[in-house]
Amino acid sequence: MEDERRARSAQPRAGEIPGGGAPLPGSRGSPGLLRVDVLDLDEDEDDLEVFSKDASLIDMNSFSPMMPTSPLSMINQVKFEDEPELKDLFITVDEPESHVTTIETFITYKVITKTSRGEFDSSEFEVRRRYQDFLWLKGKLEDAHPTLIIPPLPEKFIVKGMVERFNDDFIETRRKALHKFLNRIADHPTLTFNEDFKVFLTAQAWELSSHKKQGPGLLTRMGQTVRAVASSMRGVKNRPEEFMEINNFIEIFSQKINLIDKISQRIYKEERDYLDEMKEYGPIHILWSASEEDVVDTLKGVATCIEQCCKATEKRMSGLSESLLPIVHEYVLYSDTLMGVMKRRDQIQAELDSKVEALTYKKADTDLLTEEIGKLEDKVECANNALKADWERWKQNMQNDIKSAFTDVAEENVHYYEQCLAAWESFLTSQTDLNLEEHSEDKL
Amino acid sequence: MEQLSPDPERQLQPAPQEPLGGPDAVLEAAAGEEAEGAGPQDSGGDAMAENNFWLKKIEISVSEAEKRTGRNAMNMQETYTAYLIETRSVEHADGQSVLTDSLWRRYSEFELLRNYLLVYYPHIVVPPLPEKRAEFVWHKLSADNMDPDFVERRRIGLENFLLRVASHPILCRDKIFYLFLTQEGNWKETVNETGFQLKADSRLKALNATFRVKNPDKRFTEIKHYSDELQSVISHLLRVRARVADRLYGVYKVHGNYGRVFSEWSAIEKEMGDGLQSAGHHMDVYASSIDDILEDEEHYADQLKEYLFYAEALRAVCRKHELMQYDLEMAAQDLASKKQQCEELATGTVRTFSLKGMTTKLFGQETPEQREARIKVLEEQINEGEQQLKSKNLEGREFVKNAWADIERFKDQKNRDLKEALISYAVMQISMCKKGIQVWTNAKECFSKM
Repeated sequence: MEDERRARSAQPRAGEIPGGGAPLPGSRGSPGLLRVDVLDLDEDEDDLEVFSKDASLIDMNSFSPMMPTSPLSMINQVKFEDEPELKDLFITVDEPESHVTTIETFITYKVITKTSRGEFDSSEFEVRRRYQDFLWLKGKLEDAHPTLIIPPLPEKFIVKGMVERFNDDFIETRRKALHKFLNRIADHPTLTFNEDFKVFLTAQAWELSSHKKQGPGLLTRMGQTVRAVASSMRGVKNRPEEFMEINNFIEIFSQKINLIDKISQRIYKEERDYLDEMKEYGPIHILWSASEEDVVDTLKGVATCIEQCCKATEKRMSGLSESLLPIVHEYVLYSDTLMGVMKRRDQIQAELDSKVEALTYKKADTDLLTEEIGKLEDKVECANNALKADWERWKQNMQNDIKSAFTDVAEENVHYYEQCLAAWESFLTSQTDLNLEEHSEDKL
Repeated sequence: MEQLSPDPERQLQPAPQEPLGGPDAVLEAAAGEEAEGAGPQDSGGDAMAENNFWLKKIEISVSEAEKRTGRNAMNMQETYTAYLIETRSVEHADGQSVLTDSLWRRYSEFELLRNYLLVYYPHIVVPPLPEKRAEFVWHKLSADNMDPDFVERRRIGLENFLLRVASHPILCRDKIFYLFLTQEGNWKETVNETGFQLKADSRLKALNATFRVKNPDKRFTEIKHYSDELQSVISHLLRVRARVADRLYGVYKVHGNYGRVFSEWSAIEKEMGDGLQSAGHHMDVYASSIDDILEDEEHYADQLKEYLFYAEALRAVCRKHELMQYDLEMAAQDLASKKQQCEELATGTVRTFSLKGMTTKLFGQETPEQREARIKVLEEQINEGEQQLKSKNLEGREFVKNAWADIERFKDQKNRDLKEALISYAVMQISMCKKGIQVWTNAKECFSKM
């Protein structure tokens, strides 16, 4: 069975525990991926069947996160850890191109993949993808992993201040965000092995189209939606404490990150306005120096300093727009994702709760219900653990990203002031030197 | 052609050009240049007067401003600000100063003093007063005359004005100026009694009035052109500076929002909480630092404004020269035409048109007696005219000499002051940069420890 599983999927990652079975307590050094059988009892069963029967339980296409056996306590030990040294998938998104057809105009982006993984037929791939394709991929990932935190996509369109859909800044910002999106997936210990992801990176245009059309994705999604609506009506009564905490965090985080996004955008705007005025300010001193005889050097010196400060401001602004603004905005989108993930978890639990309720009132066939409840309990367990592990990973990444983004901003600002200081100090020195010269001339 | 009053300006000069403090005491003016734009009460310092033959130093300070209410000329209640002027004489021996005079004046009295000086010293570039209303304001700064910051800056400006006058070699000896500093009551009446308002040349007020002058002194034309340029460029500079200040204020203050949000966010973070909180504090520090920075810059703007207004005073001297030159040329022209008339009458040839000549032609010759009479009148007028022209010429040359001397003095002062102002601006920028480096270095440390 395991052989079949292995044959179907990728080669096991280095350090991975080859067999099934519970993770050993001391195995922190192993990468986060572990394959554990869902039901150790059913070793005779064809895993494929298990998988295919409960498509929503375990995804056929990727390794699932730790499946609980007894003891449950072992689950908490497992963490998703990124290992940059072992990175074997490199993706870039580049070269936006405009395509015009009779029906529409759209942009495609070149996606280049370099990999050493065995499951890829080649070591290098180059494909063209449009925004719709990215959307499709995201949808598939969400279907497959309802309680994993899927990286956010840049917005469909930005209404505010947009003249045309395809202006250069917009395209560039989007390109960078798409690049980030794919790389985040590549870095995710589970998502990186997703089959649809692989297809996205490697298939030619027509291959992708035909692949998109197959798969139960659409139906399951619809089915889930119906169930979701039904269960959300009932609300979640028994949300575990830890998830209450997480939910609370997400709510506040969402508020704050949105504010920080607004503040950061505003700072950028104010800096740009300041730069515009400074650009007019400097030359006036040059103009003035034309009608003076004695104060010419001083005036020109001031103009030079102002010019240098302008350059420093431009650099500071570009630092802001390259590092802080995209990161903060990504986390704004992430906060929406998180809320969606929490909802889906709640829905899964609600399903279970409703069946349990039904059992209590003996509304239907007790045996069937009990069986269903058993499966749902596992499903809930699965979903919760997936979410918890991914949540810890996400939180760690968020802290690192925020920390590094703001540290960079602070560094940029220090550098900005240092440059301005140097300009003014050198001006001052030149003036005092001149003064000394003049005084010594007077004394002669 | 306008008929000038028989009293040339010379007669209008105040009789006693007494130095302050009495017949024997002499005045050493306190430094104006050092104190301008600097700290509030700093009015002491060594004399800037070139001729260092004064024995007693005085110090002038405008030390306080007070809101008052009173009744104005139309018996209506009004609120105004009064300024306390203190004069101290400094004993050379021990350097100690003794308060000799102290009185309150309001802005309108300063204006009166200045207008008087403008009339009596047309060849001097008279120091300007600080602006009546706040102009070139950036949006956070109040344009209200009663605003305490505005009043404070005006107090400094008025002190600067007095110091400039006191350190001017000619103006400092004016009696009305002396009385301004020493005689609180009745001063207004004393000034008005000089009758200076009547002597003021209304033609000079019309800035755009053009006198077609044939031979102005080229130097004055150049200076007038320069004063126009100076006014224009300084206004432009002040306008843009105000906009820059506005934008800079925006950049700093928005960062303050980070402080609040970081603080709120830190509540839900365990590891990151402390770092966020302390970084937020530094953002608050950064945001509030702009207030002092821009307050300092306002003093720099005031220094520039002084020269904006000085440009007007400079222009006024040039206009006065033009006016005198115009009158001279008109007088010369009039004299020439009278001489010609006289000549024609004497020789009988008519080259110039005159009504008398016309009527004579039409209605018959005039009698020789009539002609004689006319020649005699003309000869008298010509004599008078020649005297007047002579004295006008003399006046004109005196004026040019004295005015040019003061313009040279002014140029040197202006070059020194502008250089100093620009350097002090650089010093302010340096201080701002240093503060910025410090606060962001601190913030960076907090962020990197998160």
